[in-house]
Amino acid sequence: MIEGLAAIYIFLLAGFTGFEIISRVPVILHTPLMSGSNFVHGIVLVGAMIALGIAETTSQQVIGFIAVLLAAGNAVGGYVVTERMLEMFKSTNKQGEKK
Amino acid sequence: MELIIQISYLLAAIMFILGLKQMSSPVTARRGIHWAGAGMVVATLVTFAAEEITGNEQASTNVILIIIAIALGGGYAWYTGKRVAMTDMPQMIAMYNGMGGGAAAAIAAVELLKAQAAVSGGYASSVPDYLGADVTILAILGAIIGTIAFSGSIIAWAKLDGRLNSNRLLPQQQLINLILAIVLVAVALNVYVVGSLNLIIAFFAIALVLGIFITVPVGGADMPVIISLFNALTGLAVGFEGYVLGNAAMIIAGTVVGSAGTLLTHLMAKAMNRSVSNVFFSGFGTGPSAAASGDEDGGTQKEVQAQDAGIMMAYASQVIIVPGYGMAVAQAQHKIWELTQLLTDKGVKVKFAIHPVAGRMPGHMNVLLAEAGVPYDLIYDMEDINADFANTTVTLVIGANDVVNPAAKKDPNSPLFGMPTLHAELSENVIVVKRGRGTGFSGVENPLFVADNTRMLFGDGQKVASELILAVKEL
Repeated sequence: MIEGLAAIYIFLLAGFTGFEIISRVPVILHTPLMSGSNFVHGIVLVGAMIALGIAETTSQQVIGFIAVLLAAGNAVGGYVVTERMLEMFKSTNKQGEKK
Repeated sequence: MELIIQISYLLAAIMFILGLKQMSSPVTARRGIHWAGAGMVVATLVTFAAEEITGNEQASTNVILIIIAIALGGGYAWYTGKRVAMTDMPQMIAMYNGMGGGAAAAIAAVELLKAQAAVSGGYASSVPDYLGADVTILAILGAIIGTIAFSGSIIAWAKLDGRLNSNRLLPQQQLINLILAIVLVAVALNVYVVGSLNLIIAFFAIALVLGIFITVPVGGADMPVIISLFNALTGLAVGFEGYVLGNAAMIIAGTVVGSAGTLLTHLMAKAMNRSVSNVFFSGFGTGPSAAASGDEDGGTQKEVQAQDAGIMMAYASQVIIVPGYGMAVAQAQHKIWELTQLLTDKGVKVKFAIHPVAGRMPGHMNVLLAEAGVPYDLIYDMEDINADFANTTVTLVIGANDVVNPAAKKDPNSPLFGMPTLHAELSENVIVVKRGRGTGFSGVENPLFVADNTRMLFGDGQKVASELILAVKEL
């Protein structure tokens, strides 16, 4: 388990990391990056799986099920749309080189 | 096994960060999403072996439920994500983001319900006695943020998808929101202290309603900022719930997204000259129509035919194309690129000018042009091209409106006042391709359309582009 001061360290360092990543992004990649970060918080799937895993009563199972359902949508959907957007940048590059 | 799981989570977190880092350069961007995706797969797979899941009496049922839920949720998202048109991307991101926020809130709900069951069963004296004070506080905070991001994102999706057009819900909306927020905090405190089932249900219900109430008054033009903000909030909620579950991958990934998203939101708001609090509390679109209509200077819009417009462009020394969301909706970007190639063959210098918020959010227009095959080196950012408009023979504005509104510079009464714009009005001639005479996305009048050097070319973007191509070819 991660507790107390260690957790605060992690929160802080992760926070700075996020700032650092974004501050160097060209405007053209803002939308794909927003989509990419949307995918990354799809890691909530792991937590949702645990929430359903620890469920004991039916109502807990129902809510846990909804959690996994939504989280899987976040992760898969986030990946698919980000991939599709970035794919276009690749094709642009090639055409640009040909010219 | 526990060690393997923890190392895998750490690995996943590292791959997320490296993936996001690579996504910040066009050359490595695709590799970035693949890395992040691989991290997600690893984290998901090892979680099946987690003790919380395998150790439960209901393990066999729960594991089957998990697999079904992943298949259903993932399948739905895969299907919609593959099919969605590039122009509709922003609302899809909003939708998937809302799902993530809802998932974070649901995790908190399971934890709170477990604690509540323990309290009513006599195993614990209160919720924090069962979960621990720190865990309870973060679970409740994550639940509030996640729920608001959930219902708010769905409203944002509905608005961008054209399913909801109202900006008005109740009179005195801001006051009601404030009262509701205070009630929410009071109920949250009671969940902490008393922790009854009814309180927990009321808590989530109020947070849901608050998310709706906050988002409905936000005007269409501000939607990207809101989506980005909800994206950051979901990240934060995921980070908090990660602490609740003691999951390092969730804490790191969630917090990284939380801070990165906050900065991105700030950058977007700045590009539109709106502060984030402004977006929420000043209800863009409630005042502007009145303010702008008082400023009628009686000018008329002057029409031009596609043939003449084509000739003007073919004999120009430099043409700047200002594309807007309207062009993308009309699916005209391929035709525009064809037109560009024709003009280039005739020796005309053609450039694309992209406003930071062209399309629906920063970078959206670049994605749309990339889809049509327009190479990078013809596309210019606002700062790089604004000085160039004065040397331009023809500026072709297609499907854009607010981003070329000179009132943003001159008219302090305009709701757009202060927003950086593309200075299209400085070029020798301006041709505006537009479907009709109405105002744009934000509902603000545009004095550029009645300027002396502006000609209006009415019609559907794709049709007009085809006519322009024909006109240039005939020469």
